[in-house]
Amino acid sequence: MNQPVDVSPSLPDANGLFGNFGGRFVAETLMPLILELQDEYTTAKNDPEFQRNLAYFQGDYVGRPSPLYFAERLTEHFGGASIYLKREELNHTGAHKINNCIGQVLLAKQMGKKRIIAETGAGMHGVATATVAARFGLPCVIYMGTTDIERQQTNVFRMKLLGAEIVPVTSGTGTLKDAMNEALRDWVTNVDDTFYIIGTVAGPHPYPAMVRDFQAVIGHETRAQMLEKHGRLPDSLVACVGGGSNAIGLFYPFLDDPDVHMVGVEAGGKGVKSGLHAASLNGGTPGVLHGNRTYLLQDEDGQITDAHSISAGLDYPGIGPEHAWLHEQKRVEYVSATDDEALEAFQICCRKEGIIPALETAHALAEVAKRAPQLPREHLMVINLSGRGDKDMTSVAHHLGDKFGVKNV
Amino acid sequence: MSAIQDKAMNTIANQTMHNPTRLEHCFSTLKQQDRPALVSYLTAGDPDADTSRRLLHGLPAAGVDIIELGMPFSDPMADGPAIQKAAQRALNNGQTQAKTLDMVRTFREQDSITPIVLMGYYNPIYRYGVERFLTDAAHAGVDGLIVVDLPPEHDEELCQPAFRHGIDFIRLATPTTDAKRLPRVLANASGFIYYVSVAGVTGGNAPTPERLEASVSRLRKDTELPIAVGFGIRTAQQASTIGRYSDAVVVGSALVDCIEHATTPDDAVERVHGLVSELAESVRACRR
Repeated sequence: MNQPVDVSPSLPDANGLFGNFGGRFVAETLMPLILELQDEYTTAKNDPEFQRNLAYFQGDYVGRPSPLYFAERLTEHFGGASIYLKREELNHTGAHKINNCIGQVLLAKQMGKKRIIAETGAGMHGVATATVAARFGLPCVIYMGTTDIERQQTNVFRMKLLGAEIVPVTSGTGTLKDAMNEALRDWVTNVDDTFYIIGTVAGPHPYPAMVRDFQAVIGHETRAQMLEKHGRLPDSLVACVGGGSNAIGLFYPFLDDPDVHMVGVEAGGKGVKSGLHAASLNGGTPGVLHGNRTYLLQDEDGQITDAHSISAGLDYPGIGPEHAWLHEQKRVEYVSATDDEALEAFQICCRKEGIIPALETAHALAEVAKRAPQLPREHLMVINLSGRGDKDMTSVAHHLGDKFGVKNV
Repeated sequence: MSAIQDKAMNTIANQTMHNPTRLEHCFSTLKQQDRPALVSYLTAGDPDADTSRRLLHGLPAAGVDIIELGMPFSDPMADGPAIQKAAQRALNNGQTQAKTLDMVRTFREQDSITPIVLMGYYNPIYRYGVERFLTDAAHAGVDGLIVVDLPPEHDEELCQPAFRHGIDFIRLATPTTDAKRLPRVLANASGFIYYVSVAGVTGGNAPTPERLEASVSRLRKDTELPIAVGFGIRTAQQASTIGRYSDAVVVGSALVDCIEHATTPDDAVERVHGLVSELAESVRACRR
């Protein structure tokens, strides 16, 4: 096996279903546009010119390929598996989000759309969207919950610098889910000229498949890089999961390799048993929200309940439908890490590798802390280092500041 | 419902081959009277269970022909601020799917004529269990369903099962529904067609009159079902204009706003029924 294998895109089916998950649960007003988007995307996917353009921006603008780095000191620290970090935090704008945004903005241009909207939680997708909107000269409106605006001030400022308009969303808990509701309301009102860049592998078909395909560059590169370094595939892959775009991006090109074990790490908040978490697969039930059927945090009456996580990017009561399917198929193992475990792993990564990870990513590292020590050095484990943690300084200082004699950052 | 109306409905009932539904009754009666139906929307349980029941029970006397009753949902993506807040008020006061069905059952004890259409989002129905929900809804006396996030692509989820339970599935057509898509939208439609007057959320901008009339007549060429028009209709004046060429006029956010602005439950009932009476008067006079 010397060449990267191209996984045949068997799912979703024509109706956007991964088994019983996914679909197109949207208002009729949006249906014609969603069907048009699906056609446009199918064309673009097979259009060498579009793909060439995408590759150009992924290379010269985003900075791909991102390195697959052997984390020697983390490996020593945990004393088990050999740990590799897929350095998505080195991408332009500091996270994997831009991979998808570049793809979608090229599609928006191709469809002649005049305006970009997006939702954001931690602000990384908002920043990536504002960035590509600036680069392609399109006006951009970002919906962001007021709670998230509060805890992600740096990213709010970045988006404004990039020329985006930020609309604070006060409904619900003022987090990612509410921002997505508001973005959908904008979209349905401005359906003629507006392109909605969804930031994760959720929403109505074709978004979950399209975002996955744009993020799959992570897994394709990882595959080639590992083959080059070790002449074989990795033994396991670990990624954090909110909506799940960085995880599916890493996993997807390996789904047909039965020997590659995959672990998705949900945000366990104060613990799944406490009820204060964002672990849809470990603590939720199937339902329909934001255009797709998937696992959701909801009460007995089908009302969506609030997610809780230290990480704004994982603070969402649902998960991409393909993850729901992979969970039921038992192809991917889904676990959770608590706020405290993530904070602990966050600090270890800072001190051992000189890399400040995003709090989202720290959840994946927390799972590595549990898993790696039990495994032999020959075990090759890849962690998607999905984002950098500069944006989280305020949150982390709030939780750990005293330890360093720092009150405000 | 007056005795004269009752009699008119019975006549029509006897003329029809199958047992006409309440919606069919209603539209054929109004056709004879040459006037559109007034359709009101209120969220079940808004602002609280008791006031909501009083609001509901008084609607027919105030002049409503068809009742849309919203099933509150935590994430109403197709609704503007007014109905979002209504859902939140209802949920905060403990409204559930079971309580909403119970409201219909109680209403049916005093009114067996006025059609009731439940409107909302799929998740609370899905969670309740589709078959169980349809059985309970049919028993309670529900006539139709409008489920915003179930386009025809998902007809096997609820539309087709509803039909087997004798409940109409009311389809939404919108300004973005083009000629290519319309047949798909109309394929399994029943009860009436709900034409969404503007691309947007509920309670938003008023529709452009000329464009709207043209859209409704275009739609009429492809369906024999009655056509209701809703979204952005707030005043008696608008209802009157639109009622000249549509079979029903839907008013929602304007009524829900009355509840938000009310100072007491009595005030809410008075304001809502007051606005309904005004609207009822205008739809009754609009084709004269």
